[in-house]
Amino acid sequence: MNAPVLSVRDLVVDFPLRRGNFRALDGVSFDIARGEVLGVVGESGAGKSMTGSAVIGLLEPPGQITSGEVHLSGARIDTLPEEQMQHLRGKRIGMVMQDPLTSLNPLFTIGDQLVETIRQHMPLTESQALERAISLLEEAGIPDARQRINAYPHQFSGGMRQRVVIALAIAADPELVIADEPTSALDVSVQAQIIRVLKELCQRRGTAIMLITHDMGVIAQIADRIMVMNAGKVVETGPVAEIIRHPREPYTKKLIGSIPTIARSGDAPPPAPEDSAPAFVDVRGLTKDFDVGSRVISRLLRRPGNVFRAVNDVSFRIRKGETYGLVGESGSGKSTCARMIAGLIEPTAGRVVVNGMDVWSVSAAQRARSRAVQMIFQDPYASLNPRWRVGNIIAEPIRVLGLARGSEVEDRVADLLRKVRLDPVVMRKFPHEFSGGQRQRIAIARALSSQPEFIVCDEPTSALDVSVQAQVLDLMSELQSEFGLTYLLISHNLAVIRQMANDVGVLHRGVLVESGPVDAIFDHPQADYTKMLLDAVPDLAEVA
Amino acid sequence: MTDPTTEPTDPVISTPRTRWQRVRDSDIFWSYSHSPVTIIASIVALGLILAAAFAPWLAPHTPFQPATVNLMDGFTPPGGESLSGETYLLGTDDQGRDMLSTLMYGARVSLFVGFSATLFAMALGVSLGLAAGYRGGFLDSLIMRIADVQLSFPAILIALLIFGVAQGLIPAARQEQTAVWVLILAIGLSNWAQFARTVRGTTMVERQKDYVSAARLLGRHPVALAIRHVLPNVLGPVLVIATISLALAIIEEATLSFLGVGVPPTQPSLGTLIRIGQRFLFSGEWWILAFPAITLILLALSVNLLGDWLRDALNPRLRK
Repeated sequence: MNAPVLSVRDLVVDFPLRRGNFRALDGVSFDIARGEVLGVVGESGAGKSMTGSAVIGLLEPPGQITSGEVHLSGARIDTLPEEQMQHLRGKRIGMVMQDPLTSLNPLFTIGDQLVETIRQHMPLTESQALERAISLLEEAGIPDARQRINAYPHQFSGGMRQRVVIALAIAADPELVIADEPTSALDVSVQAQIIRVLKELCQRRGTAIMLITHDMGVIAQIADRIMVMNAGKVVETGPVAEIIRHPREPYTKKLIGSIPTIARSGDAPPPAPEDSAPAFVDVRGLTKDFDVGSRVISRLLRRPGNVFRAVNDVSFRIRKGETYGLVGESGSGKSTCARMIAGLIEPTAGRVVVNGMDVWSVSAAQRARSRAVQMIFQDPYASLNPRWRVGNIIAEPIRVLGLARGSEVEDRVADLLRKVRLDPVVMRKFPHEFSGGQRQRIAIARALSSQPEFIVCDEPTSALDVSVQAQVLDLMSELQSEFGLTYLLISHNLAVIRQMANDVGVLHRGVLVESGPVDAIFDHPQADYTKMLLDAVPDLAEVA
Repeated sequence: MTDPTTEPTDPVISTPRTRWQRVRDSDIFWSYSHSPVTIIASIVALGLILAAAFAPWLAPHTPFQPATVNLMDGFTPPGGESLSGETYLLGTDDQGRDMLSTLMYGARVSLFVGFSATLFAMALGVSLGLAAGYRGGFLDSLIMRIADVQLSFPAILIALLIFGVAQGLIPAARQEQTAVWVLILAIGLSNWAQFARTVRGTTMVERQKDYVSAARLLGRHPVALAIRHVLPNVLGPVLVIATISLALAIIEEATLSFLGVGVPPTQPSLGTLIRIGQRFLFSGEWWILAFPAITLILLALSVNLLGDWLRDALNPRLRK
């Protein structure tokens, strides 16, 4: 066996900060062989991306490699001067970054960018480089590459742009490609295609790939070996199937255990009672049009502007104490739905009836007094006012709605904090002092503080790490049974929906293509779109 | 599923720290203590502000009471002995007034006008910017177009115009008393647009955030939302603009007083002193011009440097 393409030994990266040294990587060692895909997983802050940056010598200052060695095809590269590293990057190591929007220059055509990169690293003429660019794009799965080579990045969709980035990364035939969360910004259906492209490239060209991702499912589909990282250290390394089926380390076990799967696991929620049960939430013909590109003049002339129908005639009902899951990809209109149902965006047409009250027939203040609906938002960093103390954030609904007064308010807040398993002492803290998971619990406590019966949860866990996601979902289930809450759960994550919901609706371009009991839809999808969606989900269970 | 209690209990409740420890540990303090220029600027600014604020107690003479001024002492050079046998550290002006005391009283007027005008501009700009950004639509267009028009003229011209019109409306007999307030009004009105623009921009970003949506779900009144939720989150940049705008207001006041339209000669500001002093520059009495000018430069420069530092220190992207 010849030397591995990339060999990292005892890599230590330090960030000397003014509050002391922060050791970002602590003794990381691994190898990647020719044509092998090494998946690097871990939660945020585990040091996955840091490893990638250290290998290509692009650590953010003041970060520095304190000890350890990095070898590329047998030659040591971590001690090379910057000019030689620059030559290495792009030529021998290609990079694919998370966000395809920012990794391409919007002012140049993709052809220009490819040709420039190719000619920088290879002795080719302009026209030879162009030919090579076209064949690279074709290889990355872009149809009609010859016609589209003069297009600008904004003329491509997210998935297509990521293919262009991949073409750029392999332009100079590198030995190693470092892909840092290459599919995290993409929808599942697109993600599946990108994974396939990467995998094929690796096999055909014998390129070694270091794939950094938080998504175990992606790794399961593409990688040969897994390296699990936590807190700057390598927890364990091994073949994919072995690690997933028989994890040795407790951390890996916990990580894998907390990943929800779309396969029905364990107890199914009790079979839904007959449809005769009265609907607690009744959504009828919900529609939302947005004006796009209507100019002042056409508005003055009362000309009908260009209308984009974001949500089109969506109807469903939720029984009391149950969870309705709404799934869809980005742009499917699920967040717009959530906001219309919660009372934040006025629908163009349709009715939302919660517990017998038509949400949009009353004023915002009346709606609030009825305490019918509350909401939990996606980004726990934006949903808590950064200038307010946690105690005040949770107490605001109690005070505004006059549910308690005086010292009773504080007692209630303490009680709510205990319910979401936080120490009541944290009342005096500000949101920035908490982690993402803790913040989301504070947001849940706030939603509960007005004692609602129905909570709209818009992607409540998509900003969280998997193990934290598991905790938040558990908490939501417990609170549901304790208070008899009814949930509308919006998510792009099919596994989360399967785990939490009784009924599910699939939203595609604003239209509800399918709706029904979770098991029926997941096991026997009727609509083509649902089938495609379910097929595209990378799932651990598929690694047999 | 994992045990929900396994998430590390928050480190925030572990170590109670005193207020001073927290201040000393903060990023702002760190960036302050690592910038010698800022430290010097803050000492200079603080010294000038204190000297001006406590002028009635600190000044060696009371320069604007004719009884205490000796005309014989006029044009005494700095440190020199006057005809009446007194020494004046910074010399005297043409009427025998002690320059040091005149400066302290002059800076007092300049700083009072500067601070008041900035506060007025800030109050006006922040309210209008908040209203424009939060409400949007016609109100937004109206306020921002007015701001655009105003920003297309030099601030000093606006202030001159406002000052002229306001003085024209006030009967001549009362002009002397009201001059300072009219000046504050004029400078304030010529500086609100910067505040409004910045606040409008940040407000438009903040009002999209979900904490505002969460409060909207409680049916809170838009005004309460804007003031209680949005306002505290848009004040960071305002603080920076206020500091820089303070330096501008001081210079603007000096310019107006230099042109002779500012404060009345009975309570001269730094600008008035410079106007008086420049008459004597070529006859050799340089100190009558030089000291007010140096004071004005020091004041404006130190406040400006503080503003620059504050802008960098509050911007996490520039933080090292």
